[in-house]
Amino acid sequence: MLENLNLDWSIPINSMPLLLSGIKWTIIIAAVGLFFGFIIGAVVGLGRTSKNKLLFWLSTIYVEAIRGTPILVQALYLYFGVNQVLQQTVGFRIGSETAGIIAIAINSGAYIAEIVRGSIQSIEKGQVEAGRSLGLSSFKTFYYIVWPQAFKRMIPPLGNQFIISLKDTSLFAVIAVGELLRQGQMVVATTFAAFEIYTVVGLLYLVLTLTISLVLRRIERRLEVD
Amino acid sequence: MKLFKKLFLLVVVLALVFGLTACGSTAEKDTASGDADNKDVAKIVVGCDTSFVPFEFLNESTGEYEGFDIDMWDAIAQELGVEYELKPMDFNGLIPALQSGSIDVAIAGMTIKDERKEKVDFARAYYDAGLMVLVRADNEDIKGVDDLNGKVVTTKTGTTSYDYSIAVEGVKEVKPFPNIDGAYLELINGGADAVIFDSPNVLYFAANKGKDRVKPVGELLDGQQYGIAFPKGSALVEDVNTVLEEMFVNGKYDEIYEKWFGQKPLSIPSA
Repeated sequence: MLENLNLDWSIPINSMPLLLSGIKWTIIIAAVGLFFGFIIGAVVGLGRTSKNKLLFWLSTIYVEAIRGTPILVQALYLYFGVNQVLQQTVGFRIGSETAGIIAIAINSGAYIAEIVRGSIQSIEKGQVEAGRSLGLSSFKTFYYIVWPQAFKRMIPPLGNQFIISLKDTSLFAVIAVGELLRQGQMVVATTFAAFEIYTVVGLLYLVLTLTISLVLRRIERRLEVD
Repeated sequence: MKLFKKLFLLVVVLALVFGLTACGSTAEKDTASGDADNKDVAKIVVGCDTSFVPFEFLNESTGEYEGFDIDMWDAIAQELGVEYELKPMDFNGLIPALQSGSIDVAIAGMTIKDERKEKVDFARAYYDAGLMVLVRADNEDIKGVDDLNGKVVTTKTGTTSYDYSIAVEGVKEVKPFPNIDGAYLELINGGADAVIFDSPNVLYFAANKGKDRVKPVGELLDGQQYGIAFPKGSALVEDVNTVLEEMFVNGKYDEIYEKWFGQKPLSIPSA
Protein backbone atom coordinates (compact mmCIF):
# COMPACT_ATOMS: atom_id res chain seq x y z
CA MET A 1 0.00 0.00 0.00
CA LEU A 2 2.73 2.44 0.95
CA GLU A 3 4.69 1.54 -2.19
CA ASN A 4 2.23 3.61 -4.22
CA LEU A 5 2.98 6.64 -2.06
CA ASN A 6 4.82 8.98 -4.32
CA LEU A 7 5.82 12.11 -2.41
CA ASP A 8 8.42 14.47 -3.76
CA TRP A 9 9.78 16.69 -1.01
CA SER A 10 12.18 18.38 -3.41
CA ILE A 11 9.20 20.34 -4.77
CA PRO A 12 8.53 22.46 -1.66
CA ILE A 13 12.28 22.87 -1.18
CA ASN A 14 12.73 24.14 -4.73
CA SER A 15 9.74 26.45 -4.45
CA MET A 16 10.90 27.89 -1.14
CA PRO A 17 11.92 31.27 -2.65
CA LEU A 18 8.42 31.61 -4.07
CA LEU A 19 6.82 30.65 -0.75
CA LEU A 20 9.07 33.01 1.17
CA SER A 21 8.11 35.86 -1.13
CA GLY A 22 4.57 35.13 -0.03
CA ILE A 23 5.51 35.23 3.66
CA LYS A 24 6.83 38.74 3.13
CA TRP A 25 3.30 39.90 2.30
CA THR A 26 1.69 37.83 5.03
CA ILE A 27 3.87 39.56 7.63
CA ILE A 28 3.63 43.06 6.16
CA ILE A 29 -0.15 43.00 5.84
CA ALA A 30 -0.64 41.50 9.29
CA ALA A 31 1.84 43.82 11.02
CA VAL A 32 0.77 47.08 9.39
CA GLY A 33 -2.89 46.11 9.56
CA LEU A 34 -2.66 45.28 13.27
CA PHE A 35 -0.79 48.50 13.99
CA PHE A 36 -3.68 50.56 12.67
CA GLY A 37 -6.09 48.02 14.08
CA PHE A 38 -4.78 48.71 17.56
CA ILE A 39 -5.24 52.44 17.12
CA ILE A 40 -8.78 51.91 15.87
CA GLY A 41 -9.42 49.39 18.62
CA ALA A 42 -8.18 51.71 21.37
CA VAL A 43 -10.37 54.58 20.15
CA VAL A 44 -13.47 52.46 19.57
CA GLY A 45 -12.87 50.55 22.80
CA LEU A 46 -12.83 53.79 24.76
CA GLY A 47 -15.94 54.82 22.89
CA ARG A 48 -17.58 51.64 24.13
CA THR A 49 -16.90 52.67 27.74
CA SER A 50 -18.05 56.22 27.15
CA LYS A 51 -20.96 57.81 28.97
CA ASN A 52 -21.60 59.91 25.88
CA LYS A 53 -24.53 58.27 24.10
CA LEU A 54 -23.39 59.21 20.60
CA LEU A 55 -19.85 57.88 21.08
CA PHE A 56 -21.18 54.74 22.71
CA TRP A 57 -23.65 53.94 19.92
CA LEU A 58 -21.25 54.75 17.09
CA SER A 59 -18.66 52.46 18.63
CA THR A 60 -21.21 49.73 19.26
CA ILE A 61 -22.50 49.82 15.69
CA TYR A 62 -18.95 49.58 14.39
CA VAL A 63 -18.09 46.61 16.60
CA GLU A 64 -21.31 44.72 15.87
CA ALA A 65 -21.14 45.33 12.11
CA ILE A 66 -17.54 44.25 11.74
CA ARG A 67 -17.69 41.32 14.16
CA GLY A 68 -20.90 40.18 12.54
CA THR A 69 -19.58 39.85 9.01
CA PRO A 70 -16.88 37.47 7.76
CA ILE A 71 -13.52 39.10 7.03
CA LEU A 72 -13.60 37.52 3.58
CA VAL A 73 -16.80 39.41 2.82
CA GLN A 74 -15.18 42.59 4.13
CA ALA A 75 -12.12 42.12 1.90
CA LEU A 76 -14.22 41.41 -1.20
CA TYR A 77 -16.49 44.33 -0.39
CA LEU A 78 -13.51 46.63 -0.10
CA TYR A 79 -11.61 45.47 -3.16
CA PHE A 80 -14.41 44.83 -5.62
CA GLY A 81 -17.24 46.87 -4.14
CA VAL A 82 -15.76 50.05 -2.73
CA ASN A 83 -13.16 50.14 -5.51
CA GLN A 84 -15.90 50.09 -8.11
CA VAL A 85 -17.51 53.15 -6.53
CA LEU A 86 -14.17 54.91 -6.06
CA GLN A 87 -13.26 54.20 -9.66
CA GLN A 88 -16.48 55.64 -10.98
CA THR A 89 -16.52 58.72 -8.72
CA VAL A 90 -12.98 59.85 -8.01
CA GLY A 91 -11.10 57.61 -10.45
CA PHE A 92 -8.92 56.23 -7.69
CA ARG A 93 -8.45 52.59 -6.69
CA ILE A 94 -7.14 50.80 -3.63
CA GLY A 95 -4.46 48.26 -4.54
CA SER A 96 -4.70 44.61 -3.47
CA GLU A 97 -2.16 44.74 -0.67
CA THR A 98 -3.48 48.07 0.62
CA ALA A 99 -6.99 46.63 0.65
CA GLY A 100 -5.64 43.69 2.65
CA ILE A 101 -4.06 46.00 5.20
CA ILE A 102 -7.24 48.06 5.51
CA ALA A 103 -9.32 44.91 5.91
CA ILE A 104 -7.08 43.62 8.69
CA ALA A 105 -7.05 47.04 10.37
CA ILE A 106 -10.83 47.45 10.33
CA ASN A 107 -11.49 43.84 11.25
CA SER A 108 -8.97 43.52 14.07
CA GLY A 109 -9.98 46.99 15.26
CA ALA A 110 -13.45 45.71 16.13
CA TYR A 111 -12.15 42.75 18.12
CA ILE A 112 -9.41 44.82 19.76
CA ALA A 113 -12.05 47.36 20.76
CA GLU A 114 -13.78 44.69 22.82
CA ILE A 115 -10.46 43.58 24.29
CA VAL A 116 -9.72 47.18 25.30
CA ARG A 117 -13.20 47.69 26.71
CA GLY A 118 -13.13 44.47 28.67
CA SER A 119 -9.71 45.20 30.16
CA ILE A 120 -10.62 48.74 31.17
CA GLN A 121 -13.89 47.69 32.72
CA SER A 122 -12.16 44.92 34.65
CA ILE A 123 -10.12 47.42 36.65
CA GLU A 124 -11.77 47.65 40.08
CA LYS A 125 -13.75 50.79 40.70
CA GLY A 126 -11.68 51.25 43.84
CA GLN A 127 -8.71 52.26 41.74
CA VAL A 128 -10.65 55.06 40.10
CA GLU A 129 -12.11 56.18 43.40
CA ALA A 130 -8.66 56.20 44.98
CA GLY A 131 -7.24 58.25 42.15
CA ARG A 132 -10.05 60.80 42.20
CA SER A 133 -9.96 61.11 45.95
CA LEU A 134 -6.27 61.95 45.69
CA GLY A 135 -7.25 64.90 43.57
CA LEU A 136 -6.36 63.53 40.15
CA SER A 137 -8.55 64.57 37.25
CA SER A 138 -10.62 62.00 35.38
CA PHE A 139 -8.12 62.02 32.57
CA LYS A 140 -5.07 61.71 34.82
CA THR A 141 -6.69 58.91 36.78
CA PHE A 142 -7.30 57.08 33.59
CA TYR A 143 -3.91 57.77 32.07
CA TYR A 144 -1.74 57.03 35.11
CA ILE A 145 -3.76 54.48 37.04
CA VAL A 146 -6.33 52.67 34.91
CA TRP A 147 -4.66 52.39 31.51
CA PRO A 148 -1.30 50.88 32.63
CA GLN A 149 -3.10 48.15 34.56
CA ALA A 150 -5.64 47.58 31.80
CA PHE A 151 -2.89 47.39 29.22
CA LYS A 152 -1.19 44.56 31.08
CA ARG A 153 -4.45 42.63 31.04
CA MET A 154 -4.85 43.22 27.31
CA ILE A 155 -1.61 41.55 26.35
CA PRO A 156 -2.78 37.90 26.22
CA PRO A 157 -5.99 38.55 24.23
CA LEU A 158 -4.11 41.00 21.97
CA GLY A 159 -1.54 38.35 21.20
CA ASN A 160 -4.38 36.01 20.40
CA GLN A 161 -5.81 38.57 17.97
CA PHE A 162 -2.42 38.98 16.32
CA ILE A 163 -2.33 35.27 15.61
CA ILE A 164 -5.88 35.31 14.25
CA SER A 165 -5.21 38.28 11.98
CA LEU A 166 -2.02 36.72 10.68
CA LYS A 167 -3.95 33.64 9.64
CA ASP A 168 -6.72 35.80 8.16
CA THR A 169 -4.25 37.12 5.58
CA SER A 170 -4.50 33.73 3.88
CA LEU A 171 -7.92 34.75 2.58
CA PHE A 172 -6.58 37.62 0.53
CA ALA A 173 -5.64 35.44 -2.43
CA VAL A 174 -9.13 36.26 -3.66
CA ILE A 175 -8.17 39.90 -4.07
CA ALA A 176 -4.92 39.00 -5.83
CA VAL A 177 -2.51 39.42 -2.92
CA GLY A 178 0.55 37.25 -3.43
CA GLU A 179 0.70 36.08 0.17
CA LEU A 180 1.91 32.69 1.43
CA LEU A 181 -1.15 30.59 0.70
CA ARG A 182 -1.64 32.08 -2.78
CA GLN A 183 1.97 31.29 -3.62
CA GLY A 184 1.45 27.76 -2.33
CA GLN A 185 -1.67 27.33 -4.45
CA MET A 186 0.20 28.48 -7.54
CA VAL A 187 2.93 25.91 -6.95
CA VAL A 188 0.32 23.18 -6.46
CA ALA A 189 -1.39 24.29 -9.67
CA THR A 190 1.76 23.57 -11.68
CA THR A 191 3.29 20.65 -9.76
CA PHE A 192 0.16 18.99 -8.31
CA ALA A 193 2.20 18.19 -5.19
CA ALA A 194 -0.72 19.17 -2.94
CA PHE A 195 0.33 17.11 0.10
CA GLU A 196 3.93 18.27 0.17
CA ILE A 197 3.19 21.93 -0.53
CA TYR A 198 0.29 22.35 1.88
CA THR A 199 2.24 20.56 4.61
CA VAL A 200 5.07 23.03 4.18
CA VAL A 201 2.69 26.01 3.92
CA GLY A 202 1.00 24.90 7.14
CA LEU A 203 4.36 24.56 8.86
CA LEU A 204 5.41 28.01 7.69
CA TYR A 205 2.26 29.55 9.18
CA LEU A 206 2.99 27.62 12.35
CA VAL A 207 6.49 29.08 12.51
CA LEU A 208 5.00 32.56 12.28
CA THR A 209 2.29 32.01 14.89
CA LEU A 210 4.59 30.19 17.32
CA THR A 211 7.01 33.10 17.07
CA ILE A 212 4.20 35.43 18.08
CA SER A 213 3.30 33.08 20.95
CA LEU A 214 6.87 32.97 22.21
CA VAL A 215 7.31 36.75 22.05
CA LEU A 216 3.98 37.07 23.84
CA ARG A 217 5.09 34.76 26.63
CA ARG A 218 8.31 36.76 27.04
CA ILE A 219 6.37 40.03 27.27
CA GLU A 220 3.93 38.57 29.79
CA ARG A 221 6.78 37.35 31.96
CA ARG A 222 8.52 40.72 31.80
CA LEU A 223 5.36 42.51 32.94
CA GLU A 224 4.81 40.14 35.89
CA VAL A 225 5.80 42.77 38.37
CA ASP A 226 3.53 41.41 41.11
CA MET B 1 -25.31 26.27 37.32
CA LYS B 2 -26.56 22.66 37.18
CA LEU B 3 -28.94 23.53 34.34
CA PHE B 4 -26.16 25.27 32.45
CA LYS B 5 -23.93 22.21 32.75
CA LYS B 6 -26.72 19.94 31.51
CA LEU B 7 -27.43 22.19 28.53
CA PHE B 8 -23.73 22.33 27.71
CA LEU B 9 -23.45 18.55 27.84
CA LEU B 10 -26.51 18.21 25.62
CA VAL B 11 -25.04 20.59 23.02
CA VAL B 12 -21.74 18.68 23.02
CA VAL B 13 -23.49 15.34 22.59
CA LEU B 14 -25.67 16.68 19.75
CA ALA B 15 -22.60 18.14 18.04
CA LEU B 16 -20.82 14.80 18.25
CA VAL B 17 -23.82 12.91 16.91
CA PHE B 18 -24.24 15.25 13.95
CA GLY B 19 -20.50 15.25 13.36
CA LEU B 20 -20.34 11.46 13.21
CA THR B 21 -23.35 11.09 10.93
CA ALA B 22 -21.95 13.74 8.60
CA CYS B 23 -18.68 11.81 8.46
CA GLY B 24 -20.60 8.69 7.62
CA SER B 25 -22.39 10.19 4.65
CA THR B 26 -19.33 11.89 3.15
CA ALA B 27 -17.36 8.65 3.41
CA GLU B 28 -20.10 7.04 1.36
CA LYS B 29 -19.89 9.72 -1.34
CA ASP B 30 -16.12 9.28 -1.65
CA THR B 31 -16.20 5.63 -2.70
CA ALA B 32 -15.88 6.35 -6.40
CA SER B 33 -16.70 3.56 -8.81
CA GLY B 34 -13.77 4.24 -11.14
CA ASP B 35 -13.08 0.89 -12.68
CA ALA B 36 -16.14 -1.16 -11.86
CA ASP B 37 -18.74 -2.20 -14.42
CA ASN B 38 -20.66 0.72 -15.90
CA LYS B 39 -24.05 -0.45 -14.70
CA ASP B 40 -22.91 0.07 -11.10
CA VAL B 41 -25.44 1.24 -8.55
CA ALA B 42 -22.94 3.65 -6.99
CA LYS B 43 -23.07 7.05 -8.64
CA ILE B 44 -20.11 8.45 -10.52
CA VAL B 45 -18.88 11.74 -9.11
CA VAL B 46 -18.19 14.31 -11.80
CA GLY B 47 -16.19 17.38 -10.90
CA CYS B 48 -16.52 20.64 -12.81
CA ASP B 49 -15.55 24.29 -12.39
CA THR B 50 -17.78 26.55 -10.32
CA SER B 51 -18.00 29.16 -13.02
CA PHE B 52 -16.67 28.94 -16.57
CA VAL B 53 -19.19 30.22 -19.08
CA PRO B 54 -20.44 28.78 -21.33
CA PHE B 55 -19.05 25.40 -20.27
CA GLU B 56 -20.45 25.22 -16.76
CA PHE B 57 -22.14 27.90 -14.76
CA LEU B 58 -24.95 28.40 -12.31
CA ASN B 59 -28.30 29.42 -13.67
CA GLU B 60 -29.37 31.92 -10.98
CA SER B 61 -33.07 31.42 -11.63
CA THR B 62 -33.19 27.62 -11.57
CA GLY B 63 -30.29 27.13 -9.16
CA GLU B 64 -28.96 24.36 -11.44
CA TYR B 65 -25.67 24.13 -13.27
CA GLU B 66 -25.79 24.22 -17.03
CA GLY B 67 -23.42 24.61 -19.95
CA PHE B 68 -21.62 22.90 -22.82
CA ASP B 69 -19.67 20.58 -20.50
CA ILE B 70 -22.80 19.72 -18.54
CA ASP B 71 -24.69 18.77 -21.70
CA MET B 72 -21.72 16.86 -23.14
CA TRP B 73 -21.28 14.78 -20.01
CA ASP B 74 -24.99 14.19 -19.69
CA ALA B 75 -25.09 12.84 -23.26
CA ILE B 76 -22.06 10.62 -22.58
CA ALA B 77 -23.48 9.33 -19.31
CA GLN B 78 -26.77 8.47 -21.01
CA GLU B 79 -24.94 6.44 -23.67
CA LEU B 80 -22.92 4.66 -20.99
CA GLY B 81 -25.98 4.10 -18.85
CA VAL B 82 -24.36 5.50 -15.72
CA GLU B 83 -25.81 7.64 -12.97
CA TYR B 84 -23.72 10.55 -11.82
CA GLU B 85 -23.69 13.49 -9.49
CA LEU B 86 -22.15 16.82 -10.35
CA LYS B 87 -19.65 18.39 -7.96
CA PRO B 88 -18.68 21.97 -8.85
CA MET B 89 -15.41 22.87 -7.20
CA ASP B 90 -12.37 25.11 -7.42
CA PHE B 91 -10.74 24.44 -10.80
CA ASN B 92 -7.31 23.96 -9.29
CA GLY B 93 -8.70 21.36 -6.93
CA LEU B 94 -9.96 19.10 -9.72
CA ILE B 95 -6.74 17.25 -10.50
CA PRO B 96 -5.84 16.66 -6.83
CA ALA B 97 -9.42 15.41 -6.42
CA LEU B 98 -8.95 12.94 -9.29
CA GLN B 99 -5.65 11.84 -7.79
CA SER B 100 -7.16 11.24 -4.37
CA GLY B 101 -10.19 9.51 -5.84
CA SER B 102 -12.76 11.88 -4.44
CA ILE B 103 -14.07 12.43 -7.97
CA ASP B 104 -14.16 9.96 -10.88
CA VAL B 105 -14.34 12.41 -13.77
CA ALA B 106 -13.45 16.04 -14.29
CA ILE B 107 -14.98 18.04 -17.10
CA ALA B 108 -14.18 21.75 -16.84
CA GLY B 109 -12.95 23.22 -20.07
CA MET B 110 -9.62 21.75 -19.07
CA THR B 111 -6.83 22.05 -21.61
CA ILE B 112 -4.92 18.86 -22.33
CA LYS B 113 -1.30 19.56 -21.48
CA ASP B 114 1.69 17.39 -20.75
CA GLU B 115 2.10 18.31 -17.07
CA ARG B 116 -1.53 17.36 -16.51
CA LYS B 117 -1.17 14.16 -18.54
CA GLU B 118 1.50 13.05 -16.06
CA LYS B 119 -1.05 13.11 -13.25
CA VAL B 120 -4.31 12.14 -14.91
CA ASP B 121 -5.60 10.40 -18.04
CA PHE B 122 -7.53 12.35 -20.66
CA ALA B 123 -10.14 10.98 -23.04
CA ARG B 124 -9.83 12.28 -26.60
CA ALA B 125 -10.23 16.03 -27.06
CA TYR B 126 -13.80 17.27 -27.23
CA TYR B 127 -13.32 20.95 -28.01
CA ASP B 128 -10.85 23.08 -29.96
CA ALA B 129 -10.06 26.39 -28.32
CA GLY B 130 -7.40 29.01 -28.00
CA LEU B 131 -6.66 32.07 -25.92
CA MET B 132 -7.93 35.55 -26.53
CA VAL B 133 -6.95 39.04 -25.35
CA LEU B 134 -9.72 41.15 -23.81
CA VAL B 135 -9.50 44.89 -23.14
CA ARG B 136 -11.84 47.66 -21.99
CA ALA B 137 -14.18 48.90 -24.70
CA ASP B 138 -12.57 52.36 -24.76
CA ASN B 139 -9.01 51.05 -25.06
CA GLU B 140 -7.31 52.07 -28.29
CA ASP B 141 -3.66 51.11 -27.63
CA ILE B 142 -3.97 47.37 -27.35
CA LYS B 143 -4.91 45.71 -30.62
CA GLY B 144 -3.43 42.32 -29.89
CA VAL B 145 -0.93 40.35 -27.88
CA ASP B 146 1.99 42.31 -29.38
CA ASP B 147 0.82 45.56 -27.77
CA LEU B 148 1.19 44.38 -24.19
CA ASN B 149 4.56 45.99 -23.52
CA GLY B 150 4.50 47.62 -20.08
CA LYS B 151 0.89 46.58 -19.50
CA VAL B 152 -0.73 44.73 -16.61
CA VAL B 153 -2.35 41.46 -17.60
CA THR B 154 -4.81 39.57 -15.44
CA THR B 155 -6.02 36.00 -15.72
CA LYS B 156 -6.91 32.88 -13.73
CA THR B 157 -4.43 31.07 -11.49
CA GLY B 158 -3.07 27.71 -12.57
CA THR B 159 -4.33 27.83 -16.16
CA THR B 160 -2.69 27.66 -19.57
CA SER B 161 -3.64 31.34 -19.86
CA TYR B 162 -1.43 32.09 -16.89
CA ASP B 163 1.46 30.08 -18.38
CA TYR B 164 0.99 31.98 -21.64
CA SER B 165 0.70 35.41 -19.99
CA ILE B 166 3.92 35.18 -18.01
CA ALA B 167 5.75 34.23 -21.19
CA VAL B 168 4.60 37.27 -23.18
CA GLU B 169 7.54 39.66 -23.71
CA GLY B 170 7.44 43.01 -21.98
CA VAL B 171 4.36 42.45 -19.81
CA LYS B 172 4.74 44.58 -16.69
CA GLU B 173 2.80 42.35 -14.29
CA VAL B 174 0.54 39.32 -14.37
CA LYS B 175 -2.17 39.35 -11.68
CA PRO B 176 -3.88 36.00 -11.31
CA PHE B 177 -7.17 35.51 -9.50
CA PRO B 178 -8.54 32.19 -8.18
CA ASN B 179 -11.53 32.65 -10.48
CA ILE B 180 -11.83 34.40 -13.84
CA ASP B 181 -14.65 36.64 -12.56
CA GLY B 182 -12.10 38.39 -10.40
CA ALA B 183 -9.93 39.04 -13.45
CA TYR B 184 -12.83 40.43 -15.50
CA LEU B 185 -13.82 42.72 -12.62
CA GLU B 186 -10.23 43.83 -12.30
CA LEU B 187 -10.14 44.74 -16.01
CA ILE B 188 -13.42 46.64 -15.90
CA ASN B 189 -12.46 48.51 -12.72
CA GLY B 190 -9.16 49.59 -14.22
CA GLY B 191 -6.81 47.48 -12.13
CA ALA B 192 -5.42 45.76 -15.23
CA ASP B 193 -5.07 46.60 -18.93
CA ALA B 194 -5.92 43.25 -20.47
CA VAL B 195 -7.25 39.80 -19.73
CA ILE B 196 -5.80 36.79 -21.49
CA PHE B 197 -8.07 33.79 -21.20
CA ASP B 198 -9.80 30.93 -23.02
CA SER B 199 -11.51 32.20 -26.16
CA PRO B 200 -14.98 30.71 -25.62
CA ASN B 201 -15.24 32.22 -22.16
CA VAL B 202 -13.87 35.59 -23.28
CA LEU B 203 -16.19 35.77 -26.28
CA TYR B 204 -19.22 34.71 -24.25
CA PHE B 205 -18.46 37.30 -21.56
CA ALA B 206 -17.85 40.05 -24.15
CA ALA B 207 -21.17 39.25 -25.81
CA ASN B 208 -23.19 39.12 -22.61
CA LYS B 209 -22.32 40.56 -19.18
CA GLY B 210 -19.36 42.43 -20.61
CA LYS B 211 -21.24 43.97 -23.52
CA ASP B 212 -20.13 47.56 -24.24
CA ARG B 213 -17.62 47.42 -21.40
CA VAL B 214 -15.00 45.12 -22.88
CA LYS B 215 -13.97 43.95 -26.32
CA PRO B 216 -11.82 41.06 -27.58
CA VAL B 217 -8.83 42.09 -29.71
CA GLY B 218 -6.39 40.27 -31.91
CA GLU B 219 -6.56 36.73 -33.15
CA LEU B 220 -6.94 33.32 -31.56
CA LEU B 221 -3.71 32.49 -29.72
CA ASP B 222 -2.07 29.26 -28.68
CA GLY B 223 -4.53 26.71 -30.11
CA GLN B 224 -5.39 24.14 -27.50
CA GLN B 225 -7.76 21.28 -26.93
CA TYR B 226 -10.06 20.56 -24.01
CA GLY B 227 -10.29 17.05 -22.65
CA ILE B 228 -12.23 15.17 -20.00
CA ALA B 229 -9.91 14.02 -17.23
CA PHE B 230 -9.93 10.76 -15.25
CA PRO B 231 -7.75 9.25 -12.54
CA LYS B 232 -4.78 7.43 -14.01
CA GLY B 233 -5.72 3.97 -15.23
CA SER B 234 -9.46 4.63 -15.18
CA ALA B 235 -11.46 2.14 -17.27
CA LEU B 236 -13.93 4.89 -18.19
CA VAL B 237 -11.50 6.50 -20.65
CA GLU B 238 -11.95 3.89 -23.37
CA ASP B 239 -15.74 3.85 -23.06
CA VAL B 240 -15.94 7.64 -23.13
CA ASN B 241 -13.70 7.73 -26.23
CA THR B 242 -16.04 5.36 -28.03
CA VAL B 243 -19.07 7.47 -27.14
CA LEU B 244 -17.30 10.70 -28.18
CA GLU B 245 -16.40 9.23 -31.56
CA GLU B 246 -20.05 8.30 -32.09
CA MET B 247 -21.22 11.76 -31.03
CA PHE B 248 -18.85 13.44 -33.49
CA VAL B 249 -20.46 11.57 -36.42
CA ASN B 250 -24.08 11.10 -35.41
CA GLY B 251 -24.84 14.83 -35.03
CA LYS B 252 -25.18 14.89 -31.25
CA TYR B 253 -21.93 16.89 -30.87
CA ASP B 254 -23.06 19.41 -33.49
CA GLU B 255 -26.39 19.79 -31.68
CA ILE B 256 -24.84 20.57 -28.29
CA TYR B 257 -22.19 22.79 -29.87
CA GLU B 258 -24.73 24.87 -31.73
CA LYS B 259 -26.86 25.27 -28.59
CA TRP B 260 -24.00 26.93 -26.70
CA PHE B 261 -21.91 28.60 -29.39
CA GLY B 262 -24.60 29.58 -31.85
CA GLN B 263 -22.96 27.94 -34.85
CA LYS B 264 -21.82 24.61 -36.21
CA PRO B 265 -18.46 23.43 -34.83
CA LEU B 266 -15.55 25.13 -36.59
CA SER B 267 -13.63 21.86 -36.33
CA ILE B 268 -13.98 18.38 -34.91
CA PRO B 269 -11.13 17.98 -32.42
CA SER B 270 -8.55 15.55 -33.69
CA ALA B 271 -7.95 12.46 -31.57
